[in-house]
Amino acid sequence: MAKKVIEVKDLHVHFKTFSGTVQAVRGVNFELFEGETLAIVGESGSGKSVTSNALMKLIPQPPGIYAAGEILLNGTDLIPLTDKEMSKIRGNDISMIFQDPMTSLNPTMKVGKQITEVILQHKTISRSEAKIKAIELLNKVGIPFPEKRYSQYPHEFSGGMRQRVVIAIALAADPKLLIADEPTTALDVTIQAQILELMKEIQETSKTSIIFITHDLGVVANVADRVAVMYAGQIVEYGTVNDIFYNPKHPYTWGLLGSMPDLDNEAEERLYTIPGTPPDLIHPPKGDAFAARNEFALAIDYEMEPPMFKVSDTHYAKTWLLHEQSPNIEMPHIVRKRIDSFLAKEAMHHD
Amino acid sequence: MFKYILKRLGYMLLALFVIVTVTFFLMRLAPGSPFASERNFPPAIEEKLNETYGLNNPWYIQYKDYLIDAATFNFGESMKYKARSTNDMIAESFPVSLTLGIEAMLIAIGMGVLLGVISALYHNKFPDYAATIIAVLGISVPSFILASVMQYFLAYKLDLFPTAGWNGFIYSILPAFAIALAHMGFIAKLTRSSMLEQSNSDYVKMARAKGLGKWKVVFKHSLRNALLPVVTYLGPLTAGVVTGSFIVEQIFAIPGLGKHFVQSITNRDYTVIMGTTVFYSIILLFTVFIVDILYSIIDPRIKLKGEKKS
Ligand SMILES: Nc1ncnc2c1ncn2[C@@H]1O[C@H](COP(=O)(O)OP(=O)(O)OP(=O)(O)O)[C@@H](O)[C@H]1O
Ligand SMILES: [Mg+2]
Repeated sequence: MAKKVIEVKDLHVHFKTFSGTVQAVRGVNFELFEGETLAIVGESGSGKSVTSNALMKLIPQPPGIYAAGEILLNGTDLIPLTDKEMSKIRGNDISMIFQDPMTSLNPTMKVGKQITEVILQHKTISRSEAKIKAIELLNKVGIPFPEKRYSQYPHEFSGGMRQRVVIAIALAADPKLLIADEPTTALDVTIQAQILELMKEIQETSKTSIIFITHDLGVVANVADRVAVMYAGQIVEYGTVNDIFYNPKHPYTWGLLGSMPDLDNEAEERLYTIPGTPPDLIHPPKGDAFAARNEFALAIDYEMEPPMFKVSDTHYAKTWLLHEQSPNIEMPHIVRKRIDSFLAKEAMHHD
Repeated sequence: MFKYILKRLGYMLLALFVIVTVTFFLMRLAPGSPFASERNFPPAIEEKLNETYGLNNPWYIQYKDYLIDAATFNFGESMKYKARSTNDMIAESFPVSLTLGIEAMLIAIGMGVLLGVISALYHNKFPDYAATIIAVLGISVPSFILASVMQYFLAYKLDLFPTAGWNGFIYSILPAFAIALAHMGFIAKLTRSSMLEQSNSDYVKMARAKGLGKWKVVFKHSLRNALLPVVTYLGPLTAGVVTGSFIVEQIFAIPGLGKHFVQSITNRDYTVIMGTTVFYSIILLFTVFIVDILYSIIDPRIKLKGEKKS
């Protein structure tokens, strides 16, 4: 069995604001093994970024509070660590790729220095060795003329190239865990595909575990091993990629799958969309937070929060539909069709 | 780069010409003459004096002579103080003003940036409020009031500093503070808001995610970017320090250029007015020019026009 790299237990993160306490993350659990990729998927505001920032203890305090839970990195809880102790872990054991490559590099510092900075911070290694390593990294993430690029400034790079630099920085100290928070959202489609390809390469060649955050399930299928679907600060379905794509159980997951954009036949096929908006996290609703938007909601959904039901050893979902007394409800036909055509196209890509 | 500098120098000459011309006409428009003040000359002598200094010539002749004088930096003798050439007066008094000015600028920039950084790092905590109060006081109290108050309490009552005059470093402290405080306040506020803006930016978050310590993030990342607006302020700062020196040098009886400049105007000492004006203009124009070049060095995204892109 592979080594467990990180385990999150019942994590709660709150923000104190003027209008009340925002419960951004409300009891998240997951674990990740060496070399595995976990995708966290969910709509905007579901708490994906807060969760990933919490793993690095990068939530600004105030207004943020780690209200409850544990984050175990190789068995050590990160929550009680001081900022100083955390800075030995950040960039070293856990590193992060941010969403917008246009703003995540320092505009007045040479790209090479932004890479060697991490290496020198965490490794006992000379400047010239760090430079050699940085140039290797630039080469590894697919930047042509790395020696020349080493001494250029970020504004001399395109968006895709900048994101490659950000990835090089994240990989610089050989982290055990790489968190990528929507690394392709700010890029155009062709560049997106290249960056995804690069992420896959990294995953295959190094033993780094990856948490890949996205709001687009379509991106996940060939990058991730496991998928966690997040809604209103909780994980509502958790399983392997196959579990999620072939046998999704939560109506919210159905909605996400049904609304995967399809570039080829958008004209004929109407997207299946989730009605309504996410709930207010200052006063989370009673019962199932998704009930108000769920066309299959049961009476109990408005009364009691569902537990995580076990579907299989790898597959869990938080919906009353899985209760033995609940009516047998199948996923809507239109969603099934959408998934099938998506999977067919994926299979074609791989041949 | 070279082309850019030539072009800038051209503009500077043009600006200088406009300043010199405007000064000439303002000087003539103001009532009075160099010889009209205290002593009452007999008309014959005044006539003779006017003739010696060419004040009887028609205005366009005077303007022409004046332009030639200005272009050759030959401003002639003071009309007020016999046998004192304007150039000598500038050469004598400028080092005094320069010392004072540099001291004031160092105080304004050093303390301003320090206060601003402290404010931003302790955002909405006690040090932030304390620094903001100092900054606001600095901005809102005029320099002449500050000068008099410091003179009265720190020099006269407590005898910590000499009251006036110019006789070594200790004499420069109060006047330098009097000139600097308003600018210090302004720079502190500028640095604070700019630091706060940088601290919320993605690259600072990224620097934290790299595992850099709090202070490393400030000094290696946010501060440099936060100081860009402060560099832009160096031009106006120089101008402010120069004009501030006019008043403060009077109050502290400092034999600097500012004092001469003010006196030359009240005396209608045409040659000295002209000399000091040209001199000040050159200094200010050059400062703005140097700031622009400095800015392009600090911020790699700015390329001077005419410079080749790499
Ligand atoms: N500093 C903060 N202060 C107050 N509320 C916050 C803060 N940061 C995040 N939140 C709240 O936490 C919730 C989750 O936000 P988060 O950024 O994690 O969403 P997300 O899933 O990453 O969305 P997106 O896809 O838009 O990036 C949101 O309701 C947001 O308003
Ligand atoms: Mg986000």
